[in-house]
Amino acid sequence: MDYVKLINCMRCGMCLPSCPTYKETFLETASPRGRVALIRKVQEGELDQSERLLEYLSLCLDCQACASACPCGVNAGELVTEFTCERKGGEGLSFMEDLVLRRLVPHPDRLEASLVPMRLYQRTGLQKLVRKLGVMKLFPESLERMEGLLPNLPARPLRQTIAEVTPARGEERGTVTFFLGCVMSLIFSEASRATVRLLSELGYRVVTPRNQVCCGAPNMLSGDLDGLKEAVRSNVAVFGGIEADFIVTDCGGCGAELKHYGHHLEGDPEAAAFSAKVRDISQVLALHQEELRAKLKPLPLTVTYHDPCHIAHCQGIRREPRDLLRLIPRLEYRELEAADACCGSAGTYNIAKPEMADRILTRKIDTIRATGVELLATGNPGCLLQLKKGLAEQLPQVGIVHVTELLARSLDGTP
Amino acid sequence: MEQSFIKELQTIVGDQYTLTDRESLAVYGYDSTPELESRPGVVLLPGSLSEVARILALCHGAGISVTPRGSGTNLSGGSLSGGGVVVQTSRMNRIVEVDEENLTATVEPGVITSALHREVEGRGLFYPPDPGSMNISTMGGNVAENSGGLRGLKYGVTADYVTGLTTVLADGELLHTGGKTVKDVAGYSLNPLLVSSEGTLGFFTSITVKLIPKPRAKITMLAHFPELNQAALAVSAIIAAKVIPATLEFLDKVTIKCVEDYSHVGLPLDVDAVLLIEVDGHPAVVAEEAASVEEICKRHRCSFFQTAKDADEALKLATARRTALSALARLKPTTILEDATVPRSCIAPMLQVIQETARKYNLTIGTFGHAGDGNLHPTCLTDERDKDEIARAHAAFDEIFDAAIAMGGTITGEHGVGLAKKRYLPRLVGESGIKVMRGIKQAFDPKGILNPGKVF
Repeated sequence: MDYVKLINCMRCGMCLPSCPTYKETFLETASPRGRVALIRKVQEGELDQSERLLEYLSLCLDCQACASACPCGVNAGELVTEFTCERKGGEGLSFMEDLVLRRLVPHPDRLEASLVPMRLYQRTGLQKLVRKLGVMKLFPESLERMEGLLPNLPARPLRQTIAEVTPARGEERGTVTFFLGCVMSLIFSEASRATVRLLSELGYRVVTPRNQVCCGAPNMLSGDLDGLKEAVRSNVAVFGGIEADFIVTDCGGCGAELKHYGHHLEGDPEAAAFSAKVRDISQVLALHQEELRAKLKPLPLTVTYHDPCHIAHCQGIRREPRDLLRLIPRLEYRELEAADACCGSAGTYNIAKPEMADRILTRKIDTIRATGVELLATGNPGCLLQLKKGLAEQLPQVGIVHVTELLARSLDGTP
Repeated sequence: MEQSFIKELQTIVGDQYTLTDRESLAVYGYDSTPELESRPGVVLLPGSLSEVARILALCHGAGISVTPRGSGTNLSGGSLSGGGVVVQTSRMNRIVEVDEENLTATVEPGVITSALHREVEGRGLFYPPDPGSMNISTMGGNVAENSGGLRGLKYGVTADYVTGLTTVLADGELLHTGGKTVKDVAGYSLNPLLVSSEGTLGFFTSITVKLIPKPRAKITMLAHFPELNQAALAVSAIIAAKVIPATLEFLDKVTIKCVEDYSHVGLPLDVDAVLLIEVDGHPAVVAEEAASVEEICKRHRCSFFQTAKDADEALKLATARRTALSALARLKPTTILEDATVPRSCIAPMLQVIQETARKYNLTIGTFGHAGDGNLHPTCLTDERDKDEIARAHAAFDEIFDAAIAMGGTITGEHGVGLAKKRYLPRLVGESGIKVMRGIKQAFDPKGILNPGKVF
């Protein structure tokens, strides 16, 4: 780890009010400044990599709100991840990690197949029965939580059903390749279908390569750098072979990771070129606001927007999604207080640290309640899962939707 | 620290809020002051006045030191403790009352400054002190350090707003001073004494501040000056014209270059100084004052002058000033931010001293700050691993502080003395000053358990 990155922190404390876990605990060990100090003290030999120290670091959501707030350009979230990765590098993967990260995630067919039992579980009515009988109480709490987060799955993953080439409607203005995130494809396929449709409506030919693989974010999160690099190489090869203006994704988490490919394979010009082409869907749609406005029909709804960390903090995109929502006629947009505060999803954080994730989620739901809206829009599947659960439990009158799905409804004029 | 003593503290605040592990103590060993670190014996996060009183009574009996801490953004090492008890106020964070009839607000010490701003501004009221760290600094810390900010020129500093305090004394007894009255001449004025006492006289558990009506209008202006001296003269001329801007901020050439390299806001690199000026108040008065400011800047040969048309544009004009510290801080790993302050008529000679000293010691010092009230922030960009450069930086600041004192200024305008400026204080206040301060300390804290080793 680069020592200068650690001493760049001047301990001004500007990160503290942006950090979700500091706001909950007021503990320096749960703050970005404290995490950087802990890592620095390990590097300097003053502290050991004790269980307790690792436990403190593991409370970091890696939401990177601290990076947005830091005057010196220190990214505490990234430093914690890097530190964890380096530690992992020496240890190797556990049996489960090896199974999931190496044998499942990089192979879309296997990943999709692994969800078949889940789909059956829902479709046969078993889920209803399980929930009614409270059977999940017999299983470990983390499994119960996972079950609770699972929304209704589409009949088939989008990757299997979407055309590899979707032609432009009307005059073709260019070609984009579509990076289909695993969770978007497996769970939020309607939103991704809407994404492709919007691009096509705006005159883009959309190519969705079927042999693309997971972006590698799960590997990164688990400290599996070799697995990450494998994913990067595969995707750079697949997308590098297709002429396109942009590589578009509607998953905030994937977008943030894809934009880092150049960094992951440092010195590889193709990886850098790949990253330079990556755009969040909101960035591409926002280029054509007038055309889009002309196609949208009124939706008389009150809506607010939650900034996913991976879109606002990691990619610096805040304005475009709001501009897009405001294009919809008769839609009343209301700003959310602390809209860019993490919802507590943060990859698998809500399963690993359920108690903290719930506190952060409740704070988010309270701000949504205060707006009095009917609908919450956002742009990342992790947030969709977490907030869907939170709203269902605490604020059931408010619905949740991906920005592209709402825009597609406005194309049809059906709220 | 003895285990049995820690056990007793635990019974007061609870296990969860008693931190004793190596890792926690390590990260409570610093605040925002560069180069300073120590290791407390235990960190406590009490939730109420009565818990604070019990902690102090217990520590007083045992002769163990207590250091109050808010969010740890102190810039003079004031919240560090070697081996003692650190008491963090964050959990005591209720805005107890906003009294719209008496125009006061009463808060607990852990309330974040900007949270108070939001609360009172929502009611058309105004609490002006706005230290740079206001989004995380606590009101308790602001009172202990007598924090200033950008609006100090027109609206004064924290001391000008504190009207009442509840303070837990060293032995755990309570002291109530002042209240909500505008006038109060009963006995010695203890509030101003407690404000800026840096945690050495008592622990504030309740703070009452006065509020003023929120100014109805504000105009933001930006001016570039090819000559530093003209910018300084323009500052004096604005004040002499009886215009007191809410903000009158300055950036020097080094800072301008850093800001432009970092945020590309379109600052020309051939100018010597940039002034950001904001006037606020009644709309008619504001318009008149803005016209005067424009006329004065143009008379002092500014090469560019812009008045913001709306809030968005105002924000844009303020960008250079807002990003000054970030832009400087990114250049090198270590940033030493000082707050030497001079009578505002001495801004130009003071800037000259800073520039000459930087040259003499071969250092990069960018200066920005509150030109209108003479409070400058010469900021030395260095690397803590370069021991030789750090030594030169200290030698340079030594000379800068001496120059400030010679001009009738002070060694610290708003950061406090703490540990970092302790050795300069006698030069400023002399033997008699230190003697009086020691006498006051003795009267409040004869056993010397409150934040020992700070100030003098």
